[in-house]
Amino acid sequence: MQCSRGPVSTFVLIVASLLALAACKREVRNIRPDPAGAEAPLTNAMVELSPGGTPPVTTRTKKGEDYQRNAYQLAQGKTLFKQMNCNGCHSNGGGGMGPALIDDEWIYGSSIENIVATIREGRPNGMPSYRGKVTDDQIWQIAAYVVSMGGKVPSAAAPSRDDSMSNLPAESRRDSSFEKSERD
Amino acid sequence: MIRRLPCLLVFAGALSGCRDWQSAANQAGAEAERIWSLTLTFTIVLGLIWLAVMIAVAFVIRRRRRAPVSLNDAMLADSGHRRNSWIVGSLLAATALTVAILTALSFVAQRPLFAGRAASAGIRLIGHQWWWEVRYDGATPSDMFTTANELHIPVGTPIRLSLESADVIHSFWVPSLAGKQDLIPGHNNSIELLAQKPGAYRGQCAEFCGLQHAHMGLLVVAEPSESFEKWQAAQRAAAAAPRESDRAKGAQVFVSKPCALCHTIRGTSAGGTVGPDLTHLGSRAYIGADVLPLNVGSLAAWIADPHGVKPGVNMPPVHLGADELSAVTAYLIGLK
Amino acid sequence: MPRAAAAMPRPANQRDTGLDDAELRERLAYTWGRRPGIIGWLTTVDHKEIGKRYLATAFVFLALGGLLAAIIRLQLARPEAHVVGPDLYNQIFTVHGANMMFLFAVPVMQAFSMYLVPLMVGTRNIAFGKVGAFSYWIYLAGGVFLWVSFVLDIGPDVGWFAYVPLSGPQYGIGKRADVWAQMITFTEVSSMAVAVETIVTVFKHRAPGMTLTQIPLFVWAMLVTAFMIIFAMPAVMVASTSLILDRLIGTHFFNQAEGGSAILFQHLFWFFGHPEVYIIFIPATGMVSAIIETFSRRPVFGHVAVIISLVGTGMLAFGLWVHHMFATGLPELGASFFTIMSMLIAIPSGLQIFCWLVTLLTGTPVIRTPLLFVFGFFFIFVLGGMTGVMVASIPIDLQVHDTYFVVAHFHYVLIGGAVFPLIGATYYWFPKITGRMMSERLGVWNFWLAFIGFNVAFFPMHILGILGMPRRVYTYQTDVGWDGLNLLSSAGAFILAASFALFFFNMLRSARVGPLAGPNPWGAGTLEWLAASPPPSHNFDHIPFVTHATPLWAERESLPIVTGISVNTREILITTLADARPEIREASPDSSIWPLIAAIATTIAFIASIFSPWAAVWGSALIGVTLVGWFWPKSMKEDEE
Repeated sequence: MQCSRGPVSTFVLIVASLLALAACKREVRNIRPDPAGAEAPLTNAMVELSPGGTPPVTTRTKKGEDYQRNAYQLAQGKTLFKQMNCNGCHSNGGGGMGPALIDDEWIYGSSIENIVATIREGRPNGMPSYRGKVTDDQIWQIAAYVVSMGGKVPSAAAPSRDDSMSNLPAESRRDSSFEKSERD
Repeated sequence: MIRRLPCLLVFAGALSGCRDWQSAANQAGAEAERIWSLTLTFTIVLGLIWLAVMIAVAFVIRRRRRAPVSLNDAMLADSGHRRNSWIVGSLLAATALTVAILTALSFVAQRPLFAGRAASAGIRLIGHQWWWEVRYDGATPSDMFTTANELHIPVGTPIRLSLESADVIHSFWVPSLAGKQDLIPGHNNSIELLAQKPGAYRGQCAEFCGLQHAHMGLLVVAEPSESFEKWQAAQRAAAAAPRESDRAKGAQVFVSKPCALCHTIRGTSAGGTVGPDLTHLGSRAYIGADVLPLNVGSLAAWIADPHGVKPGVNMPPVHLGADELSAVTAYLIGLK
Repeated sequence: MPRAAAAMPRPANQRDTGLDDAELRERLAYTWGRRPGIIGWLTTVDHKEIGKRYLATAFVFLALGGLLAAIIRLQLARPEAHVVGPDLYNQIFTVHGANMMFLFAVPVMQAFSMYLVPLMVGTRNIAFGKVGAFSYWIYLAGGVFLWVSFVLDIGPDVGWFAYVPLSGPQYGIGKRADVWAQMITFTEVSSMAVAVETIVTVFKHRAPGMTLTQIPLFVWAMLVTAFMIIFAMPAVMVASTSLILDRLIGTHFFNQAEGGSAILFQHLFWFFGHPEVYIIFIPATGMVSAIIETFSRRPVFGHVAVIISLVGTGMLAFGLWVHHMFATGLPELGASFFTIMSMLIAIPSGLQIFCWLVTLLTGTPVIRTPLLFVFGFFFIFVLGGMTGVMVASIPIDLQVHDTYFVVAHFHYVLIGGAVFPLIGATYYWFPKITGRMMSERLGVWNFWLAFIGFNVAFFPMHILGILGMPRRVYTYQTDVGWDGLNLLSSAGAFILAASFALFFFNMLRSARVGPLAGPNPWGAGTLEWLAASPPPSHNFDHIPFVTHATPLWAERESLPIVTGISVNTREILITTLADARPEIREASPDSSIWPLIAAIATTIAFIASIFSPWAAVWGSALIGVTLVGWFWPKSMKEDEE
């Protein structure tokens, strides 16, 4: 009995730590989106300032957190970004007809929820609304990818380079200093 | 008889399900027939050699002395060394001869494969994760059309297909017609097909290409040239405007919902190029790269939840109301 | 030298002349033995200890890989089954393949080599014992790395071949493909290390008098394998490292759009991948030779012919990698060359088989479990060889490539050609390693279950391939007619699984309660049976002098010995390459903790470098520091003429 306790407790420890590690969902592929999934309403402030004593209302969603950290969702977002021709105005995130997405300047807020709202609703001066054009899940994927363009997602989850030519380093190689150097 | 051999080998339970439309043992193409006869030759020759070796092994086991041999005795003196060398030497010579003959047979059989007699037929097959895009070129832009997952070819005419890939490596394989050839991004591969019998033959992607490699089927329809021409003419036409009211509503749903950003229906404003061209979806036998036979029920199920049958497919589930779903299904089914 | 203080006073350099047997044995055991306790376990450089660890670890990976195979067969037993989904299935078949090739098949052969080669050539330890310890720790780390990643849902899902672009930066999402690539690096480093040790041991540490043609065939097989490893493994390391570079820092080795080549990856991979099959198969032929020799009670007929065929197979194996790529669109001349080469390899393989058959024919076969498995090997491997000739032909290959026909073919070759001899070899050498015999009764059951289970599981796959079933599919549809055969195959797979369970049970049980074996239970003729079972840490009390390929048969009672070797320092005899004349006495390394520390540093560097390229820089510095410790000069005796 005595001699069996050692290995057993070691085993339990190993299993427990493995489970703890498994809780990190960076590599999970949720390949089957909820077929009945409905659009979750978001209330988002675009800036952190507001008049009066109350801070601005913002929603932080679990979905947003998950998508920004998940390699599969980010990669899907990257594919959709090209397929839905976001490049037509945003040009790989460098900006053209539309604003740049790799820098630190956000007109309508930088959180994934803000970006989802921007894609869903559209914005004045050219950004069309994509509600109903792409599914809500895909909007979240694209938004997560947009967050990754500025190097603000874990580099182990961010997409690597594409096989096509590009003048920017891969998203996984952009860190927080990247957006500053791009801006300067 | 010999053609049905593999099927006969299958025990009774499987025999009933043996449909044989994706089988190297059921040949309908010139190349498949050449390969099959070569395969049979090899099987017989090599099978006999294997049998001979097994007889030798059985002989060795049988002739061991009945009296228990002690593990203390060992022979070092090698009697009959000369005779044994002759045995091994002549067996080796026989092996070399067999190998030479089989190599020669293989070379003869591979000649037509590399001869490349047929000119390009102007048909391009483009592999996507996880479906096939089929493009028919024409003399003028109006002659060109695009379809998906169903390739029509004329019977009796050699056809050279161009093979391309839009993403990862796939492999084109229709066992009843020919061997396989890879679709590699950035490489120009091609394969020659000569269908000798009209019919529908199933193919499947043969190079591992990701999540849904298992569900990347392709139907090849070989038909007499008149009906092939008729099919081509029908495919070239743009989609007819719907006349029934529910189908008209379906068309409306299609262009206003996410469908239109990925799919093209020629003759409408839907012009997405991400997914398969649906202009004549109703004329195809299967949907989802040969996953489900096309009918109202399966199409509606596919649109509502494609991941139910093909988890990980790039088509998202589109949230439609029940009436929208039935309208869009009716519209698409009617696109003959 | 803390241990010296505790010992009785000894002369500084005592030789083995003039000591009686008991004292000699005691002193040698003291000199070569490991330190007590856990530290002793971690620091040992004894080839037998490390060999046993290698063996045990490889068998654990075999069991784990078999578990994955069972899940695969459950999933494929019925069409459109939902035992596992496509995402998990892709990880499972990738990890099954990578595990069986890199963590089981190659290491288990090297484990036998590590354990047996020094014994069979009559020396006291493998060359560079510390490198052996290092290689084991690296192998263990690589294996644990792969399996922990798999448990954490980061298991590679791109196939054991990991073709780009699917495994490349754009389509290989997350870190899964990196895990594959770095697992390769781990296992390659460890197998290269064992290969170098094997070559040096065989060339320079042989017992005096053992000329090249008197080297046992198993040792010859391991020597050829070691050379193949050294030539083949760098190719796949180039492939996997370039892949990591493409993925991590955006190089373009395999990117068609920027002037790289996706086909280049396939060439690099298969330049390793085909010899890999022979790296697994050639050691198995060595095992077959050893078993046939002992159980037909005569030396293998055509000893030299078999050696030539081993070397020939090893060389030809490098000339046929392109037959894995016939469908990529090659020019006719190039492809035909590889057809000829693939066909040619049937000749040396045939030569070996004929020599074995003649040996059995002219000998007096005694049928025991090891020989049963050799008969199973003949049945299965020869059939696999025949289908191998079929896939060498371009037209046939274009039809059956990447189908279940090929799955059947390589399982016939690898399980029949390597695992059957391996199980036979385990029954054969188990008494040497543990001192106890395995149960013959269970052995016969084990054989028949394995033989029937294997054929029921894998023969139907030939037909499935002809009926059009491609490989690497997580499921299949109901309308293609593959249901019955798949169900049959799954049933066979579970019989095969039962045979492995019985095999493991027999090993575990026999290690405790099996009858005691004695030094030479089979009455075999090669040197490993001269040592006690299990061998003492110094292997032999006296180094033998060899004049025959089966010295224990030739000079059973009066094997000449070599004297004059130090008993209180680890001293081994270095002999000349060709005819093994004694050259010098050399010090063999003492126990050391540095291999473990260096292996830990290497592991940290390897794993970190899939996350940051800078890990290659600071990781090298870290490894450098541990190597300084490793090579720190000790007051060690110089080599003596």
